[in-house]
Amino acid sequence: MDNKQDNILQEVTGSEYKYGFVTDVETEAIAKGLSEEVVRTISAKKGEPEWLLEFRLKAYRKWLTMKMPQWAQLAVPEIDYQDIIYYAAPKQEAKKEWEEVDPELKATFDKLGIPLSEQKALSGVAVDAVMDSVSVKTTFKEALAERGVIFCSFSEAVREHPDLVKKYLGTVVPSGDNFFAALNSAVFSDGSFVYIPKGVRCPMELSTYFRINAAKTGQFERTLIVAEEESYVSYLEGCTAPQRDENQLHAAIVEIVIEKNAEVKYSTVQNWYPGDKEGKGGIYNFVTKRGICKGENARLIWAQVETGSAITWKYPSTILKGDGSVSEFYSVAVTNHYQQADTGTKMIHLGNNTRSRIVSKGISAGHSSNSYRGLVKVAKNCQHARNYSQCDSLLLGDRCGAHTFPYLEVENSTARVEHEATTSRIGEDQIFYCNQRGISSEDAVGLIIKGYAGDVLNKMPMEFAVEAQKLLQISLEGSIG
Amino acid sequence: MMQPETVNNDLRALFQEGRKALDEGGAGIINACREEAFTAFEKAGGIPCGTEEYRYTDLLPVFGREYAAVLKKEPLRPSDLNEAFSCSARDLSAWPVLTLNGHCCENSSGESLPDGVIVCSLREAALQYSDLLAKHYNRYTSPAEKESLVSLNTAFAQDGVFVYIPDGVVLERPLQLINFLRGARDLMAFQRNLVVLGKRAEARIVVCEHTLSDHYFLMNTVTEIRLEEGARADYYQVQNQHLGTALINSLFVSEQRDSFFESNTATLYGGLIRNNQYVRLEGAGGTCNLYGVYILDKSQHADTCTYVEHAAPNCTSYQHFKGVLDDASLANFSGCVRVAPHAQQTESFQANNNLLLTDTARINSKPQLIIDADDVKCSHGATVGQMDEEALFYLRSRGIGEAEARTMLMFGFTHDVVRRVKLEPLREEIDKLIEKRLRGELSKCHNCIMQCKK
Repeated sequence: MDNKQDNILQEVTGSEYKYGFVTDVETEAIAKGLSEEVVRTISAKKGEPEWLLEFRLKAYRKWLTMKMPQWAQLAVPEIDYQDIIYYAAPKQEAKKEWEEVDPELKATFDKLGIPLSEQKALSGVAVDAVMDSVSVKTTFKEALAERGVIFCSFSEAVREHPDLVKKYLGTVVPSGDNFFAALNSAVFSDGSFVYIPKGVRCPMELSTYFRINAAKTGQFERTLIVAEEESYVSYLEGCTAPQRDENQLHAAIVEIVIEKNAEVKYSTVQNWYPGDKEGKGGIYNFVTKRGICKGENARLIWAQVETGSAITWKYPSTILKGDGSVSEFYSVAVTNHYQQADTGTKMIHLGNNTRSRIVSKGISAGHSSNSYRGLVKVAKNCQHARNYSQCDSLLLGDRCGAHTFPYLEVENSTARVEHEATTSRIGEDQIFYCNQRGISSEDAVGLIIKGYAGDVLNKMPMEFAVEAQKLLQISLEGSIG
Repeated sequence: MMQPETVNNDLRALFQEGRKALDEGGAGIINACREEAFTAFEKAGGIPCGTEEYRYTDLLPVFGREYAAVLKKEPLRPSDLNEAFSCSARDLSAWPVLTLNGHCCENSSGESLPDGVIVCSLREAALQYSDLLAKHYNRYTSPAEKESLVSLNTAFAQDGVFVYIPDGVVLERPLQLINFLRGARDLMAFQRNLVVLGKRAEARIVVCEHTLSDHYFLMNTVTEIRLEEGARADYYQVQNQHLGTALINSLFVSEQRDSFFESNTATLYGGLIRNNQYVRLEGAGGTCNLYGVYILDKSQHADTCTYVEHAAPNCTSYQHFKGVLDDASLANFSGCVRVAPHAQQTESFQANNNLLLTDTARINSKPQLIIDADDVKCSHGATVGQMDEEALFYLRSRGIGEAEARTMLMFGFTHDVVRRVKLEPLREEIDKLIEKRLRGELSKCHNCIMQCKK
């Protein structure tokens, strides 16, 4: 029985990560290591203006004084920051025309199922594809531009819309915010920039697809989304990486600015290579994501499915500054084998009548460790704030861990803050009930997990929800005895 | 601005200079543990400053004050204290044990105890029952390696109360430990208690904290409780001190198979009160219930920090803490349930509810679950809110004035925890105290004839 189970496990773990291939394109990379010189080189390579170089250098100097945070429930092996290549790019700049793109790159994204060719594209999703450190291609740019929506790579934004970038860069996540944010601010190479003008409802979903390809590199991208008054955008983010025995570092920053009555929906399906079943290899994912509801009645919705990465350290947060603003956070985090995840959210209530809702579902299997860590803060002058948090953990195996660390800080008497958490495994009675009705144990577990994660998956855009559901199934296949 | 280094240096100087006096006041194993404990304190970085455990608690203002350390026992008879204090829970019919500034008063309990039961000062125990003490003293503080203040206590402790109940003995009447603080100037004191219950032994212990003079106090108390197989202990604490008092109160419980521990803490008045409760369920089938209520106003500060470790399968733990916060008070709750990998069939529940009455009051709540076993049912909940307007309306529509209605609701809110007190006279007394407290009548240290200003 055990043997059979092992076989299934082996089969599944061997085949499950289907994005583990490497693309053979010519890559231009700088020597590994980090110094002020490297920061200057990156900036020069991208032909950046003086103020951006200053921004980088300031962050780098700050980073030198900082220490890697130790508070997370993670066992992070020592990272040698001098052993990482901080800039790698496929030897090709972003192309306007599909025909100009290197066929090898085309093939890569085709294989990943990312529609870069506008003819073939799924209805209404514009994609910015980022390989290693550089944006390869952004689709539907012209169609979006007609409405005044700017959707382009970060470097392009620096060139074409410097005022906008300068105005918002670092306003939500300051360059010295934390260790990884400082590192990113110093060496970030590319990413996406989105600007939705006043009163525009973005006609299609915008999406960025991140791909790490080159070996020994770190990926440091930066996303900046600005939604002006009365606007709306739904933004999707996906990521994969090749299967390698070494660990690779990914430290990104996402900044979102939302003005009065605007709404941003940010969905993530994170599927970086999680390492093999022995815990070898995989991506270290240290990400800082933060949005600010600047104006009245602004809305920010985070939805994420986290299945990849060897180590995840990620807390998408919202600053609820405008009166009546709303933020929601929906997350499903799955860990298997030796994966470690410490993820959650922060809701900072500053404005009156602000509301937030947190729904976090953790699923741990194998030898993994899965933690929810969240902060709900109600400031002194914030009247009638409302928060509800629900964090459930499901354990599938007796060697995994599920941890919950919520922090509630309340300084105003009109606030209502609630937090609930449960940890349990799938009940034998539930499985028995399904068995009785002719559903096999494996299917029953799938069914129960689907129901368990349903609250979150329902919040995702349709195509994503389908992909996310498949991912969940693959990640957990074979982990149930 | 006071620096933690200054405080730590002062403590080191005090430890070195006062070493002789400390050893004279202590005895045997108590003295033997000092050196190592002080090294551990320094290794942990001295007094906790900005650590995760003390994230919301700034100890510097408390430690930064000029105190005289209590290094010598004051000769004192229980009758002296009886003049200053009389317990209002008269029907408790308890065996009283009195301590002053951390030192146990001689012949505290005049009446005879059942055969084999030992209730005496810790110093006396170290001399007379050295085997027992060697076996149990400073053995159960392990989950708190990071808690440097416990090491500080071990380094400085001289005396306290020792309770030993042999196998199979059931103590009919409760033991009442009354801790007093009194001084001619600001004092820093340490107290160390050890309670050992043999197999199937049962005891109920009531601990009351009082201050008798108008000075600043910094009290560091550590209590270790060992429950052997099938033992049962009910532990009640009533904390009622003045605003100038800082009480660091750490409780360590080690539970063996099928043992039962229940604690109920009523924090009514005090300057800074830190209640650390560490329970380790080491044998299968153990139960641990922790309850507590804190009612704070003015600039009071109360921390509740629990850590329940399920190290064996089939154990149950239940925690419920409730608080009412008024004026500029601050309360922190940090509760952790840890389930070890093989501790299957664990059931655990933890809840923390808070009522905030003003915009200057603050609450930080941090319930945590760290679970490494899969066949468990664990949950926790935390809420911060106000009184139910509908309930208030219900009462008012029946002709009850708003102030009265609010008091009734707050009383009902806290009674949820108080009703768990199984000693009826004590429960009535706590209810009475809470009602007085909610009406603002209990502004002075209860039952103290000194009526000092703090």
